This record gives sequence, structure tokens and C-alpha cells, in this order.
Amino acid sequence: MTLARAVEVTRRYGDKLALDRVSFDVEAGELVGLLGPNGAGKSTLVNLLTGIRRPTSGRVELFGADPRVPSARRELGVTPQETGLPASLRVGEVVDFVSAHYDNPLPKGELLERFGLSDLVRRQTGGLSGGEKRRVAVALAFVGRPRMIFLDEPTTGLDVQARRMLWDGIRSYSAEGGTVVLTSHYLEEIEALARRVVVIGGGRVLADDTVGAVRGLVAVRRVSLTVRAPLPELSGVTGVEREGDRVHLLTGDADQLVRDLVTYEIGFHDLEVRPTSLEEAFLALTREPSPV
Amino acid sequence: MTSLALTHARFQLLETIRIPIAVFGSAFFPSAAMLAFVVPFVGDNAEYATYATVSMITFSVMTTNLFQHGVGVSEDRAQPWDPYVRTLPAGAMPRFAGRILSGLCLMAVSLVPVVLIAAFLTEATVTAAGFALAAVTTFLIAIPFILMGLAIGYSMPQKAAIVVAQVLFFPLAFLGGLMTGPGMAPGIVEDLAPYLPTGGAARLMWAAVGDFSYDFRSIAALVAWTFVLGGLAVWAYRRDEGRRFS
Repeated sequence: MTLARAVEVTRRYGDKLALDRVSFDVEAGELVGLLGPNGAGKSTLVNLLTGIRRPTSGRVELFGADPRVPSARRELGVTPQETGLPASLRVGEVVDFVSAHYDNPLPKGELLERFGLSDLVRRQTGGLSGGEKRRVAVALAFVGRPRMIFLDEPTTGLDVQARRMLWDGIRSYSAEGGTVVLTSHYLEEIEALARRVVVIGGGRVLADDTVGAVRGLVAVRRVSLTVRAPLPELSGVTGVEREGDRVHLLTGDADQLVRDLVTYEIGFHDLEVRPTSLEEAFLALTREPSPV
Repeated sequence: MTSLALTHARFQLLETIRIPIAVFGSAFFPSAAMLAFVVPFVGDNAEYATYATVSMITFSVMTTNLFQHGVGVSEDRAQPWDPYVRTLPAGAMPRFAGRILSGLCLMAVSLVPVVLIAAFLTEATVTAAGFALAAVTTFLIAIPFILMGLAIGYSMPQKAAIVVAQVLFFPLAFLGGLMTGPGMAPGIVEDLAPYLPTGGAARLMWAAVGDFSYDFRSIAALVAWTFVLGGLAVWAYRRDEGRRFS
């Protein structure tokens, strides 16, 4: 059963194209990661599927209905941005407010217990630490006993222990049959949780595959070397930058590239191999391979 | 549905009351205007003082709602909490109703000092029945101004909302005859006022406390304004997509 669906969806903000004919399905029970750098269109896609915005063209469905119709959102859970909790309200009050919107919400005590928030119930959200706010925000997605949740960067800024606790919570929700859509611009977070990854960049779906397959695609390394002579044609290089004698090569397989450099007997020195940020990997993914 | 509206109202009031200066601010202006204009100029004439007091109440009903909802809503829309609330399974109505209820409570608080000033510092008089009628009327005439505020708040960004609320309130007050007593405004204002929301509202208030007779064409115009502004507010809410940029 398809719980959320986007069909050929385009969304513009003025003349800026945020999503370009994107199609995307989430089946019941899936744990899907939406991966992409900031500004890639992840949030826009989530906003369309949760009824916050409407598409410029194309169709979105949530539980088979238009997500902008309130009844379509009865079994949906969403995390607010942690910076957006009403600062003057107490944690318990925010939970009460959200609970009032659902027919059969989780009891407040049980929810707070599950997310380790019981001690914070009387605290105003404005006075919480970043990690505490994040936990409150994630907990709010579970208030209405949802069948599907959308989590936006759920563990960014959390310490290791809090992150593990949240990950365990998400895993057990998924194991009980819950459907999860997780957005992140960190591959690590998505790797820890998701089985399927949808990579979004420049408003389009660049890949929709297993975590392993996508890792190969976006785990781009930057190989830097200083070399006088021009470089020969090297296989697997997706991008080249030059600063004087210094050459930076982007590749998915740094080991093979270094072997090739040695095989060609290129007189390089100061070799450096570094992982790239996701942003750089995306630039390499979306750019035409250029000759060296 | 109704309990959800009460929930929205309760939390909006909670948020406001936790910052008490906001409550003080909305109570300050109408009382200051009473002391500056009504008490010294018409305070010793019972009839004029009574009309002026309800005109002032009408004026502050307009300004508090126009600013509270016009500026308040556009401010809220800029907060990241707002798009989250829109993902909850509730439509526009409970939020609208909740806002209106909390707005009415705050408005009532801001009017208490106006009534006290009129009672103790002017010759204004009113019968018990007149007072009760005026109180009910106050809540009725608030509705079009609440809707006007919501239409502004949901249709434009914060800076524009402040300007529009400020630009609207003075001509509405003047052309609606709030600055003058019944039948004393310049001719054009006398002709136009009954059909403006401010003029229609003031006429209802005057009729509640004095010998002024109900003008049914003016009431019909006020009802029509209420529907138009309500339509605008719902339209603005529906087309609103929060902040424009992700």
C-alpha cells in the first residue's frame, strides 16, 4: 500500500525551480531516507507531502488523499524545527496542545517517558538546550500514534547517547510496522536507519536505491597532488580543480586512482586523500565529467 | 471542533500572558486616548461623554484587533512553529476561532480601564440594560475587525502588515465618524460613515447607549462587510504557504 506519493511534481518559488518533475512513492512499512545538500529540494518535497504547500504542477497524495485536507493528516506525524517551539510554553503544554488535535493520542506521561523528557515537563521550551529541543520536536511526531512520520534532520546536534536513544526509538517504531521518511544531509544518519535512500539534488531525484548503492555514488573522495606535467586521461575522475601546480581530483574510487597515478609513473608529491562533503559529492554527481 | 478552538484560544492566551507587557500595551492606548481627548473636552456633558466613550471603545476595538491579528498573525507566520501546526489534522476553522476567542479576551481586558475612566472621570451615564447591550454589541462589532486583521495577517509579510494596519486605521476612524459625535461630522463623512465598518459599528454602539436609532441599511452594510472580510480572511489563509523560501 502506498502511503505517500508524488507524481511528476514541480514546485516553483517565483522563478526559482525547487522541484523539477519529481516522482516519489513511500510504501507502508518502509524506512526511507531523503538525502541531499541544503537547498536541494528535500524540504520542499516534504512540505508538499505534509500539506504545508501545494505543488505548482503534478499531484501529491497522502494516505490516498490530498494532504491539504485535514482528515488526510490524521495518521501523520511530523517534527517541527526545534528552533520553532513556542518559547513561552512549557514542554507539557506543547504536548497537550498537539495531543488535542488527535482522536487517540499517546498519554503524555508515556510519550515523555519514551523520549526521556519526563524531567522537562515543567520547563519552558525557550530555556531548553538544543539537544533537549530536538528530542521534544521528535517526540511531537509520535503524539498522535501515526502510521507514517516525517523526521527532518532528527539527530543533528545531539550527543552520541541521545542520538543512539533516538535512533533506537525510530527503529522500534519501524519494527512495529510504522513508516518513516527521514531527511538529512548526513549520509551517516541515513545509513544508520534507512534501507532505501532517495538522493535529491537540484530539484530532481538523482538516485533511488539501497543505502549501499547510494554510498558508492556519493562517497566521493578528493585526491589532491602537486604535479608539473599534464595528467593523462584517468578513469573514474568526476571533477578536476587546479590551483597552480596543485590539482584536486574528485573520484568515487580513490584507491584505483592512486594505483593509476603510480602505474602511469606520474611525478607527483604531497598526495592527500580526503572525504568530500555531501555538497561537493553532489556537484560532482551533477556535473558533466570534464577531460583532464 | 469547538474544544479544539478552545485549546487554540487557551494556548494563545497563555503565550500572551507569559509576556505581560503585551497585555499592558494593548490596554494603554485606549485609556490614554480617553484621558487626553474625552475627559478634558466632553467629560462634563453627559450625552456627549457617553457617545464619545462608546466611540472610543469602537476605536479601540478596531485598533486592538487590527494590530493584534494583522501584525500578530504575520509575525506568527514567520515562526517555524506555524508550518508545523499546519501539518496537524485540523483545518483553518479551529485556529481562526481560537484566535478570535483569545483576541476577544484581550480586547475585553484593554476596555476595562476605558469603562472605568468614563465612569469615574466623566459625566457619561448608561442604564444597566444599556450597559449590557453595549457589552454584547462590543463583541459583535469586534468580528469584522478581527476578520480584517486576519485577512491582513495572512496575506502579507510582517513589515507590510504593520504599514497596512497603520494606514487603514486612521481613515477608517475618521471617515467612520469616530472622531466626532453623532450627526456632527462633515457632510461627506455623514453620508459615507454608515456604510463603513467603523461607522456601522459606531452606530450600533450609539444606539445601545443613547437615543440614537438603529439604521438598518447601516447594519446590512456591516453584515456585508463581515462576510466580505471573512471571505478574504479564509482566502488569505488558504493561499498562505508560510514563508516563501525553504
